Amino acid sequence: MLPMLSPADISQPQDGLFVLSGCWTVHTLAGADQKIAAIGNSEAVEVVIDGSQLATIDSLGVWLLQQQCKKIRTAGRSVRLLDWPVNSQKLLDIVENQIDIPVLRAAHRSFLEKIGRNAEAGWQGMFALLSFIGECVLALVRIGLRPNRWRWQQVFKYIEISGFDALPIVGLTAFLLGIVVAYQGADQLRLYGASIFVVDLVGYAMLREFSPLITAIIIAGRSGSAYAAQIGTMVITEEIDGMRTIGIEPVEFLVLPKIIALMVALPLLTVFADLTGVFGGMFMARSQLDISYHEFLARFGSKIGLSALLIGVGKAVVFAAIIAIVGCYQGFRTKGNADSVGRQTTRSVVQSIFIVIILDSGFSVIFSILGI
Amino acid sequence: MPIATEQGNTAEKKNPAVIEVRQLGTRFGSHVVHADLDLDVRQGEIYAIVGGSGSGKSTLLREMIMLHRPDSGSIRILNTDILELAKAEAQALRQRWGVMFQHGGLFGTLNVRDNVGLPLREHTDLADEVIDELAAWKISLSGLAPEVGLQFPTELSGGMLKRASMARALALDPELLFLDEPTAGLDPAGASGIDALVRSLHELYQSTIVIITHDLDFLWQVTDRVAVLGEGKVVGVGAMAELVEMDHPVIRQYFDGPRGRAAQAQAQTESGEHHHIRG
Repeated sequence: MLPMLSPADISQPQDGLFVLSGCWTVHTLAGADQKIAAIGNSEAVEVVIDGSQLATIDSLGVWLLQQQCKKIRTAGRSVRLLDWPVNSQKLLDIVENQIDIPVLRAAHRSFLEKIGRNAEAGWQGMFALLSFIGECVLALVRIGLRPNRWRWQQVFKYIEISGFDALPIVGLTAFLLGIVVAYQGADQLRLYGASIFVVDLVGYAMLREFSPLITAIIIAGRSGSAYAAQIGTMVITEEIDGMRTIGIEPVEFLVLPKIIALMVALPLLTVFADLTGVFGGMFMARSQLDISYHEFLARFGSKIGLSALLIGVGKAVVFAAIIAIVGCYQGFRTKGNADSVGRQTTRSVVQSIFIVIILDSGFSVIFSILGI
Repeated sequence: MPIATEQGNTAEKKNPAVIEVRQLGTRFGSHVVHADLDLDVRQGEIYAIVGGSGSGKSTLLREMIMLHRPDSGSIRILNTDILELAKAEAQALRQRWGVMFQHGGLFGTLNVRDNVGLPLREHTDLADEVIDELAAWKISLSGLAPEVGLQFPTELSGGMLKRASMARALALDPELLFLDEPTAGLDPAGASGIDALVRSLHELYQSTIVIITHDLDFLWQVTDRVAVLGEGKVVGVGAMAELVEMDHPVIRQYFDGPRGRAAQAQAQTESGEHHHIRG
């Protein structure tokens, strides 16, 4: 246990004579830093500070004391230290010499400057992302000409991790989404006696929009973040540098297999999401609108064209490329410490979901212009 | 057949022990790291713990600073049995020592000055300005320029990181200072800078310093006593000059390499000018 420490105290038996007593250490100084101001405020021509009653004093105590002494000296008066413990002399001297150490302040940034800096960083980040995409395409072209350099094992591994392992969560989410869409539509359609149109609603909504989107969002959170964290950690542990020095292109080795794997896995997952989503809608249609499975499927087959499926799957291919590229890109942008890995991982998820949704709305506009 | 620990003559009994390790036993699974390890560090000395890789130095340090619990034995630090402490007592004890980690152990989200000031902010009621001033002073005491205070740990070189870590270890004026590999990974100039820093801080604070190191020059230049770990226990203790005379195979193996001889020759030509000897 801590030995009994008497609290720091200070008394003034006569004008200009201060007697310090007790322990002047970090743990016992609480409150005494107020009392010590009396020394600096003393009007005496020569201030005497008696240290004979001191139990101990550490650098904090000495620091506070020397601050007061400095105040007296700059006022043109003198300070004398009386009967101080010998072993504190060195500390007293050092602190006296260094009491003027400057406390630098970080340059304050105005609001406008912050906006400017952020805008510039965003602008440069966009360029960096574009050049990273270019780098990936170049690498793809390079190894496209030499099929023996394809890392099939890696590709299959990532298809399993990012695709197959995600089946349950994607399937369940899409199923619930199908239920929600059918349920929301059911009330409205029943009002108009148009219950059977729930098939069109569920079919188009799931196949064209919701399946690719929800799958992309889940995979961005699940795999995009994993890519960013993996590559980010490799940057910090110098594995990426090591790879470069032994002549392996990190983009070829780490990025391309992920992009290719995800471009295979995400469309397949989207088809799976279509299946479970439509099943969810079908389930809801039967329980809420009394539309039998047979009736539902008959209308589904005659009304929902192949194009709806292909549009959804086609979008998924683009989303896959975006998620993999953004995940890897943010991983490579990691600098320095563990904190940065977390930051880049978050950024990869936010950025890829954001781009996916922007692209999705872009697709909607294009398709409506083209009349698809 | 166990070989008795060889004790050098400098193991004087004058000062009270601040660290007493008795019959310490540690194992990881079936791998025995420490078996009946005994060790005493006396007040005010600079005590180094050396040993080959896997000899359990780092584990011993982690056990002394309460990061790892040994399987058996006892450890008394500053007259407290650290294996039987309540949480509040352990916290109070932790404030009486400082630890400098091999890779700094500084918080990446704070700049160096806030890193150094953090123990003060956390454990005292001092005003923020006083804490900033004190932190700035401790940074300069550790041999860093004032500008470094505003930098973040990732912006520092290896030597600066160690000095910054030292400044944080000194924040609460510890009675006991643990340094883990203070010179590892530094260039010769940086390493001898750390040598000088440890000596000057020791002189200033008169605190006890326990060091884990591999650096033979550092051992010759700075330490008062050195304990060599091997076979799960301390196989020899003494000043460097005494250790090199001991016959234990582990000690011989440790000091007999060409580097060991070079460091010894270097220390002897400087003829004690730097190798301070305290009574």
